Amino acid sequence: MSFTNLSSPYQQIKRSTSQIMFIVILCLVPAIMLQSYFFGIGNLLQIILSVFTALVAEAAVLKLRNRPIINTLKDGSAILTAVLIAVSIPSLAPWWLVIIGALFAIIFVKQLFGGLGQNIFNPAMAAYVLLLISFPVPMTTWNPTNSLLPFPVDFIDQIKLVFTGVTTAGHTLDQLAINLDGLTLATPLNTVQNGLHAGYTLTEIAKSSRGINNSEFPISVINIAYLFGGCILLFKRLIHWHIPVAFLTSITLFSFISFVYDPEHISSPFFQLFTGATMIGAFFILSDPVTASTTPKGRFLYAILIAFFVVLIRNAGGYPDALAFAVLIGNMCVPLIDYYTKPPVYGSL
Amino acid sequence: MAHSNEKTTSDKQPDVQNKLNNDPKQSIYKELMWQGLWKNNPGVVQLLGLCPLLAVTNTATNALGLGIATTAVLVTSNTVISLLRHHIPATLRIPIFVMIIASLVTCVQLLMNAYTYEVYLSLGIFIPLIVTNCNIIGRAEAFASKNKITHSAFDGLMMGLGFSCVLMILGATREVLAQGTVFDGIQTLLGGWAAFLTVHIYHSETRFLLAALPPGAFIIMGIIIAIKNTIDEKIDTKR
Repeated sequence: MSFTNLSSPYQQIKRSTSQIMFIVILCLVPAIMLQSYFFGIGNLLQIILSVFTALVAEAAVLKLRNRPIINTLKDGSAILTAVLIAVSIPSLAPWWLVIIGALFAIIFVKQLFGGLGQNIFNPAMAAYVLLLISFPVPMTTWNPTNSLLPFPVDFIDQIKLVFTGVTTAGHTLDQLAINLDGLTLATPLNTVQNGLHAGYTLTEIAKSSRGINNSEFPISVINIAYLFGGCILLFKRLIHWHIPVAFLTSITLFSFISFVYDPEHISSPFFQLFTGATMIGAFFILSDPVTASTTPKGRFLYAILIAFFVVLIRNAGGYPDALAFAVLIGNMCVPLIDYYTKPPVYGSL
Repeated sequence: MAHSNEKTTSDKQPDVQNKLNNDPKQSIYKELMWQGLWKNNPGVVQLLGLCPLLAVTNTATNALGLGIATTAVLVTSNTVISLLRHHIPATLRIPIFVMIIASLVTCVQLLMNAYTYEVYLSLGIFIPLIVTNCNIIGRAEAFASKNKITHSAFDGLMMGLGFSCVLMILGATREVLAQGTVFDGIQTLLGGWAAFLTVHIYHSETRFLLAALPPGAFIIMGIIIAIKNTIDEKIDTKR
């Protein structure tokens, strides 16, 4: 149980920013490991590229702005942003994709607004949206799980795919992403979205497409790993419980309402919770202390608003996953939410 | 010389006015040129006419087309308004300016429809919208209604060229980023002889779509303004 500490000890250990960021990154590790296990080590490569680019970009901008470079780099916020970008893009995407994303996140979204603590938008999500809008094809070409690959793809092949676009045997990513039945394997959300646009109902999609069943399991496991990491964050009190709890509850509620309304065309709450970016969003992205609302009531409102937009855009929008768009909309509303949910000063009427 | 003037002149119009009344002929034109092309550039300093600036600069050809159209309207509207400046009652000046500008824009629109049909199609609504370009009515109100014809026409030309330069830089940058070309389709604007102007810089399967979309225009515009301010700062510190 957590009580506000009104009695001794009055002096508490205060974690520095770099310690917090380090623990947050540690909490991401289980999910990253599972992602590598199911989909190959491409994602580790993306993380390395992304972190390196982000650090170089941050150092360059800090030098231009005449700010201390080493001290700022040590806070680890750029590394966290870079890791979040890298895990949200397809793990075998071409190398320049993640580099553009990291550059945009650090230079435009973070540093141009004044650096850590000043940015309005979540840098990782803004970069994700930039990439998704600019390069829709590579951003939605997810490779199938290792067990389903039509050709054997080893470690060297994955590196080659990222940097040159072809494996040693000359297969491209598109060829890899098509399984033996000739179906394109995307994320489950993606498959459902495409199927619905083509006029099928959910039961028909589930029957016809093996992709959805086969990649649903690993993606759900990865999501559970994010949930686990998030619970550690909550337990360590690094993030407030308001946002994840409100977000997950309202996403369940909203998707349940829409599911009951039209079960043949709108996916179930479980599907919504465990197959998209819901878990990483709830614990690692929405809870970003810089861009989230800062008042207790405001945090609830912020999370409910984003959950509403996630369900709405997923079910009615053109893009398969909606979290990034919803988070940016939520970020825009934060100043207004904070203004109207200011807690009263103690003792005032 | 423009440089010696720069320190004493602020961006404000009245100072230009004094200069025009006192200075010898030669330096007036130089001052107008300096103001229009750099110091008081309508695109990156006054930030007027941003709507067409951001909307149609997805290719250098479109940017050039809009630049030419806007410059033509600016020169002619400045000339006509300066010609009629003693006959326009002060209280009614804005509707009269708008009517003059609107008729000139209609002429330009019909000309483009006749001679550069494809550019006319790709610029679409933004040709008639030149009427509402604040830059044009701004020059009419601030300059042409108070100065003689030659100065007004020259001011219109320089402001138009300054605006076109920004359009072209923005258009070319966006086109390179989005398609890897510069002046793609220029022959639809200038005729078949201009086809050699098209430059293919690189070819790629995946296009950087953001650069072709309005948000990309905003971001690149911000970068251009930042570069301009940096150059100004460098010049200031050198002196």
